[in-house]
Amino acid sequence: MKKELEKREYKHKVNVVGLHKYFDDLQVLKGVDLQVEEGEVVCVIGPSGSGKSTFLRCLNLLEVPTKGTVEIDGYVVNDKKANINKIRENIGMVFQQFNLFPNMTVKKNIMFAPVDLKKMTKAQAEEKAMSLLKRVGLEDKADAYPKQLSGGQQQRVAIARALAMNPDIMMFDEPTSALDPEMVGEVLSVMKELAAQGMTMVVVTHETGFARDVADRVIFMADGYIVEQGTPEEIFTNPKEERTKEFLKCVL
Amino acid sequence: MNFEKVLSDGTLWEMLFSGFLYTVESTLLALLIAFFLGLITCLFGVSRSKVLRAINKFYLWIIRGTPLIVQAFYIYFAMPQLIQVIGKSMLGSSVPMFAAMGASWATFRIEPFTAGVVTLSLNAGAYLSEIFRSGISAIDKGQMEAARSLGLSKGRAMYRVILPQALKICVPSIVNQFIITLKDTSIVSVIGFAEIVYQAKIYIGRTMDSFATWTIVACFYLLAVTILTIISKQIERRMNNDEKRARKKRV
Repeated sequence: MKKELEKREYKHKVNVVGLHKYFDDLQVLKGVDLQVEEGEVVCVIGPSGSGKSTFLRCLNLLEVPTKGTVEIDGYVVNDKKANINKIRENIGMVFQQFNLFPNMTVKKNIMFAPVDLKKMTKAQAEEKAMSLLKRVGLEDKADAYPKQLSGGQQQRVAIARALAMNPDIMMFDEPTSALDPEMVGEVLSVMKELAAQGMTMVVVTHETGFARDVADRVIFMADGYIVEQGTPEEIFTNPKEERTKEFLKCVL
Repeated sequence: MNFEKVLSDGTLWEMLFSGFLYTVESTLLALLIAFFLGLITCLFGVSRSKVLRAINKFYLWIIRGTPLIVQAFYIYFAMPQLIQVIGKSMLGSSVPMFAAMGASWATFRIEPFTAGVVTLSLNAGAYLSEIFRSGISAIDKGQMEAARSLGLSKGRAMYRVILPQALKICVPSIVNQFIITLKDTSIVSVIGFAEIVYQAKIYIGRTMDSFATWTIVACFYLLAVTILTIISKQIERRMNNDEKRARKKRV
């Protein structure tokens, strides 16, 4: 058994300070600060190209920040000495394109990481997989392959796969953007349930309805900055910044 | 052009069978080595290290830039000569270990079979390396990201998630390379490697029965390639069947 990360004292579950990200000469993030507390659901909205996805991907180091620090559970993620693989085990990630493993059945997809990383035995992982599939309403699809499923079903499997590692933070990168409209609801309802159970969540989304209903806090990003943040009420009905008003006029 | 006489000549069959056995043996051995050589150098090529990537590039540049026949001559004649010269210069060394090494190097020789297998391995390895690389780059970037975000290290994700998918895509090209290598053994006959073409040339030199002999030799190759093709079709079918079976079970 590999050594587990020791628990550390921390003030914020997620603590991002002065985050900058360049892609060559293009500056995508221009100094982002954000704290997320345990059990909080934070939705990030904003126009395309505002840096929302890049910001989310910096949190688990899929993108390496150019400057600034990202701290999760008291660990600085972008520290060279950090054990990023261990830290990632605690951060579930759901992608826009699902990214299920096409050569594995649904059940294998979910069992794969816990077994490969020796977190669970095969039997434990299988039991976990079946209970997660039940939770997302797909227990009858256990032996199907991803390409036999609809987009909404695939995304629900992807959520189950992320949950199999027992993460205590879940990140969603536009989880419904690649879905046909009639399938958006089934994915959002799984996410809603997750939020209701107290999962810490950071969700990049275009679903303003979801943000309004579920988020504890809404972040509005544009041009690489956090322009405004507040409760859904504050952002959606009473935005202060001109940029926010402009954006909401277009999407609401 | 006396087919009947040739066909009933026991010496010919003996020679061709022993030659063909050599062909098959060296092909299998070379492919086994080339497979791992190709895999490793391909991983060099996609690694983050500049040095490893440079090694991969240099290897491909040399192998793809020179003909197989030159590579065979190089391994069989040029390399031993170089080693002998180095060995001779080390003979007078005052360090006992170097002097001993020099003594064995000064008379260094390589067997035609060994040289043939080394040549074919290096050659096929380079092409397989490119085949593997194309397979890996055909896999969506999201697969690596998904595996990494679950907590797998880069190597683990490569081994468990990317490679199984990539190799599957590569099967037809890998089989193609296998066929090429099987036939390339004939080129290696120039270094005195006694495979089937070498044996055939000797036989013809003795009997002048060109037409009959080469026809038989061609049939040997055709038979081997046909068998290889059938096996590869089976593998492909079996891989697709796994998924089809799952699909049927649902319906």
